[in-house]
Amino acid sequence: MALDRKVAYIDLATGNIETRPIPLDVRKKYLGGRGLDAYLLYNHTEKGIDPLGPKNTLMISAGILGATLASASARTHIMAKSPLTDLLGSANMGGFFAPELAWAGFHHLVIKGKAKDPVYLWIHNGEIEIRDASNLWGKTVTETQWAIREELDDEDVKCAVCGPAGENLVRYANVMTGIKNSAGRSGMGAVMGSKNLKAVAARGTMDIKIAHPMDALNYNRRFIDQIVSAKVNQTQGTLGTPFIWGATNSWGGVRCRNFQYNQCEYADDIEPERLDEIATETMGPYHMTGCFGCQVHCRAQYKIPSGPYAGKYDEGPEYTSEGAFGGEPDCKNAVTVLTSNHLVDQWGVDNLEIGSIISWAMELFEEGILTSKDTDGLELRFGNDEALLEMIRRICFREGWLGDTLAEGGIQASEKIGKDSFEYLIQVKGMSNLHSDERATPALALGIATGSRGSDHLRSRPAIDLYHLPEEVLRKVYGNPVPYDGPLSSDHTSYVGKAWMVFWQELCYMGVDCLGICKYHTTFLGATLPNFEDWTKVLYYNTGLEMSPTDIWGIAERCYNIERLFNLREGLTRDDPRKGDTLNHRYFDEPCLRGAPDVIGATIDRKKFHKMIDEYYEHHGWDENGVPTPETLKRLGIDKEPSHLL
Amino acid sequence: MEPMGKVLMINYEKCTGCRLCELVCSVMHEGVSNPSRSRIKVVKWESEGLYVPISCQQCQDAPCVNVCPVKALSRDETLDFVEVDYDVCIGCRACVSACPFGAMSFDVIAKKVIKCDLCDGDPQCVRFCEIEAVEYVDADRVSVFKKRDAAQRLSAAQKEAAALQAQL
Repeated sequence: MALDRKVAYIDLATGNIETRPIPLDVRKKYLGGRGLDAYLLYNHTEKGIDPLGPKNTLMISAGILGATLASASARTHIMAKSPLTDLLGSANMGGFFAPELAWAGFHHLVIKGKAKDPVYLWIHNGEIEIRDASNLWGKTVTETQWAIREELDDEDVKCAVCGPAGENLVRYANVMTGIKNSAGRSGMGAVMGSKNLKAVAARGTMDIKIAHPMDALNYNRRFIDQIVSAKVNQTQGTLGTPFIWGATNSWGGVRCRNFQYNQCEYADDIEPERLDEIATETMGPYHMTGCFGCQVHCRAQYKIPSGPYAGKYDEGPEYTSEGAFGGEPDCKNAVTVLTSNHLVDQWGVDNLEIGSIISWAMELFEEGILTSKDTDGLELRFGNDEALLEMIRRICFREGWLGDTLAEGGIQASEKIGKDSFEYLIQVKGMSNLHSDERATPALALGIATGSRGSDHLRSRPAIDLYHLPEEVLRKVYGNPVPYDGPLSSDHTSYVGKAWMVFWQELCYMGVDCLGICKYHTTFLGATLPNFEDWTKVLYYNTGLEMSPTDIWGIAERCYNIERLFNLREGLTRDDPRKGDTLNHRYFDEPCLRGAPDVIGATIDRKKFHKMIDEYYEHHGWDENGVPTPETLKRLGIDKEPSHLL
Repeated sequence: MEPMGKVLMINYEKCTGCRLCELVCSVMHEGVSNPSRSRIKVVKWESEGLYVPISCQQCQDAPCVNVCPVKALSRDETLDFVEVDYDVCIGCRACVSACPFGAMSFDVIAKKVIKCDLCDGDPQCVRFCEIEAVEYVDADRVSVFKKRDAAQRLSAAQKEAAALQAQL
């Protein structure tokens, strides 16, 4: 049974390992994955700890439906206090690690302390061993995984690892698995590095009993039909996520030159079709690859066509690499995108964050805030492909003053660089924004401003707001599973009803993250995709748990509030430009210069934005400072946290 | 004689490596999610992005049938596949050793040999493979599809050659 998978507490300092079952009443409150991780984080960390110190606790988990017939039940969740934001650290990845962890007997790992020397964990059929990793230290993401397979003499071992960036405590280093699957936000790889934990290897042959096998099979077939019938998923399956970057660029919704522009003028050079032309074996129906059990298969395979890394195999690039290494630094060469993508995959760093940070530094250089003395002679200008590639290396290995400074993340770097460098930093809660421009889309702006792990598109983005769906369709989506009769607007430039859409999406995404399935299988990019109602059936057929759609909604709300409590405990206040629910002043002050007619000239209206935040807090049952009211906490049964049930 | 029935046709070039076939196979046969108990397995070279699903070929002169010391393996007449009679099987794993494809597996939990039985004519791996890397087709069709592919390559090459000649 999925419900008999255990939680393991691992103290790397003492070597003590304890395993426990996860009680049913805890499952009914938090399900698993991100939700239960949030509970464990709140219960197993003290206020104000150093994220890179031994007192931070690292959670690695599978969702409650990991490895079952839930379709794309592949997601691994990672949580800890973030070394980038000093708030909630939370990242999620696909691939094959979480199912293997579940087959090996576990759903949740709670990792404490710091090992004296480099180690890795070997998890195999209910047993956990701490093994020497001194020969793995310094290895890249894939080298580490292949070396562990060789050492254990088993090619089916799946690993979650940190790369050199994690070892070097780059504050936005990834936890990774496979070629490119990345838990790539908020620096979870640096937390691994800080614990001398190079990898977690899993391999299992333990049954996960399916509660109602034939029903699960038949329902999954139906679920798949729903998922692959969405046009957006069909396109993802041939072009991958870069097609979204291209489509967004066409109306002026991406970032260029560190937010100076909202559209790139040379986009054809890095569109997926162009990548397909220049890279061998990339894109198209025969060259896509998928995560466990997924029919969307959104990852392209490619070999770098030329340059120093010619012939190297990798996967992607995703939207984020298009933005990070193409649009933002204004580099027009597709080979640069493919090469940069390969470097961040091998060294294990967040492509989104590093692209934003380098683009920020480029603007500072052009403004004279950084000088060539700071860059050790590097001409760190927009459009300088060599400078981009050089800075990726310097940051991952903390080389030179600037590499070391930028590895600290935007806010800390801005303190070292000084002058008014902070004003140019496009971040929320210390985390860089996706390379999309939200000035013409208030709903999306609200989403990044309030995301619990900092600026992010995968916490609450109501992407279907861009489709101008008729109001009655919006009502069908956003009026379930709890009724909503407030205003809704089909206009993406409107502020009306957007607070509810963001709130709804937050709980929807929390739902999938607890179940351990992918966001492409829910109401993210397509309005017809499954959500709460469908999940009750998947949950019942696979685990036997009987829940209503509103039960799952309630769980998601509880989990989201635990994340909020964590952030408030660690210093979040509403209007703090560094730790609050707000945006860089450029969103309000600098109008969009390019794009479609309803995008040119757009800014976010300060007053309306403030009101939108008020509404959003109200939907959550939070006061005007964004603090959950005692009634809300009581209603959700979390008025006595930390309660130490696990 | 009756012509041969349908067979699994695997086109590894299409496979995305998602391993859903392994999952649905173990759920169908054992009611559990556990790829080690699946009759089909996707063999991977991850560093090259190459994925090859391997399952029983239902050989005509099957080494597993020939090697079985107690004659527990035989050909099922209706669906035309190699079948294990578990009442007779002694679990010696001689068939596992003999199979040239590694398609005969040993289930370490049920402690028995396992192989593809075509799911009573509705192979679940086929039912769930959206990309159609695994298909269930009449045995004679397999080479027909390959002939078509080869013919396409040949005719394209001929057109190219003719175009080159015209330039001379």
